[in-house]
Amino acid sequence: MLLRVKQASEITSSEITPKETVEAFYRMRRSRRDVLKGLGAVGAAAALGGFALDAEAETKLNTVPSNYKVSDRETTPEAKAKSYNNFYEFGTDKGDPARHAGKLKTRPWTVKVEGLVKTPKTIDIDTIMGYRPIEERVYRFRCVEAWSMVIPWAGYPLAEFIKAMDPLPSAKFVQFISDDDDKVMELPSGIEFPYSEGLRMDEAMHPLTLLTFGSYGQTLANQQGAPIRVIVPWKYGFKSAKSIVRVKFVDKMPKTTWNDMAPDEYGFYSNVNPSVDHPRWSQAHERLLNTNSLLPKIVPTLPFNGYANEIGAMYAGLDLRRNF
Amino acid sequence: MKGKGIVWIKAVVHGLCLLPFLYLLYKYHDGSLALLADPVNYLTHFTGDWALWLLLVCLAITPLRRLNVKLSWLVQLRRMLGLYAFFYATLHLLIYVLLFSGYDMSAAIEGVRAGRLMEPLRQLKLIWPSMLDDLEKRKFIQVGLLAWTVLLALAITSPQRVLRWMGGKNWQWLHRLIYVAGAAAVIHYWWLVKAGVRTPWKVTAVLMLLLAARMVYWLVKRLKKPVAA
Repeated sequence: MLLRVKQASEITSSEITPKETVEAFYRMRRSRRDVLKGLGAVGAAAALGGFALDAEAETKLNTVPSNYKVSDRETTPEAKAKSYNNFYEFGTDKGDPARHAGKLKTRPWTVKVEGLVKTPKTIDIDTIMGYRPIEERVYRFRCVEAWSMVIPWAGYPLAEFIKAMDPLPSAKFVQFISDDDDKVMELPSGIEFPYSEGLRMDEAMHPLTLLTFGSYGQTLANQQGAPIRVIVPWKYGFKSAKSIVRVKFVDKMPKTTWNDMAPDEYGFYSNVNPSVDHPRWSQAHERLLNTNSLLPKIVPTLPFNGYANEIGAMYAGLDLRRNF
Repeated sequence: MKGKGIVWIKAVVHGLCLLPFLYLLYKYHDGSLALLADPVNYLTHFTGDWALWLLLVCLAITPLRRLNVKLSWLVQLRRMLGLYAFFYATLHLLIYVLLFSGYDMSAAIEGVRAGRLMEPLRQLKLIWPSMLDDLEKRKFIQVGLLAWTVLLALAITSPQRVLRWMGGKNWQWLHRLIYVAGAAAVIHYWWLVKAGVRTPWKVTAVLMLLLAARMVYWLVKRLKKPVAA
């Protein structure tokens, strides 16, 4: 796939998210909030199945444009991207994170950098966000559950962050550990927390891998993994750890949550691969969630989620059927 | 309870059982269904949940009426509840076939609108091999289809006339397959959730309780019976 910036004239009207849809969604959300406030029944939000009152709503995030666009698929409506999330720390239903993640406090927030680095340190989120200009990048997002979205993320290459951290040459993998604060999270039993994910060093250093702070021109919504997460667009979504509190440089393949729980279902690599089925569903197709239509749009899944050219020879010599 | 009373109760139960379906129609009508992030996923879970819940309610009738002889009228609601469970299970299956499997519903609808009445069938033929592949490979689909097939058999044989034609004993034996349907539905649920996800435990507990109630009843009855010399 060729990466190129689209000329304004090339954008068809159908590609633009119907604004009234997003507005209708937020109106509904606001009015529900007002009613609850009026009743003084803040705690009833969850019981009513409404959205939790955001402790910290998303704020505007200034970004610089980038060449990363998805020219063949429309962008997912913002309301859909922010109401359908797998963030098991806040519940296993995909609506749970939007309902419960409002309780997460994203300031103050620090990230501990440890393991095989010259100087282990703890850095404030605002310092991390200031390291490099934050770019807007539109990526395909493919969930292992065979649905996908197209999302404008905001961040800078993880590689830039890693360089600034100065890992030792012995560091071969990077491990990301997510927040597991049981005072605000509803950690479901049956899954071991904190959530852990990891990348091989060359994957982490790849220019596509984005250290992400925002989406849709705003800071990340809590349910998307605010205030800091990674986005690895050629891998299934669960590889992209959310609400990161620790980054650890290690010399061995780290233990990762889903791989540890069901190694036959979720590999360490988990590159998007239409030819390797999940035991419970085919990965050959995906339901593309980027319209406001009731009828599903089912499209073929692309190898490496459409990023095969950029990935190039990174996995040369690795049997991707076995190392799925 | 006889006559007017049961008629009223039946009317209320009909209404209650139709509420989830009417709710879907309402959500479709006011457009909020399409605004959901993943309407297909929502519809699949919604209909699956209601099929399973109604099946459990149906299975609760017998233990409940055994508690007290005054509750014996409950049995008159059993067939209706079973048929509604079948109704939601059928919606669930149709949603899998028409919306989940990869079937191109938009193309089918456009075809019919353009006067090509065979288009829906043509689309089905296109997706059929991948559906068979799904069925062959995935245990949770097999067990789900088993549950639906059993419910279909029970629904077909549910009219009084069929009961009389089959004879009470045969009919009762066939309808004991409801336990197979209940167990298969719960297993279907367990096999489809991710490892570590325990959401099906509540329905599992209810099913276990309902089966245990029958075992206790059977044991007590046996113990009470004088032992034949």
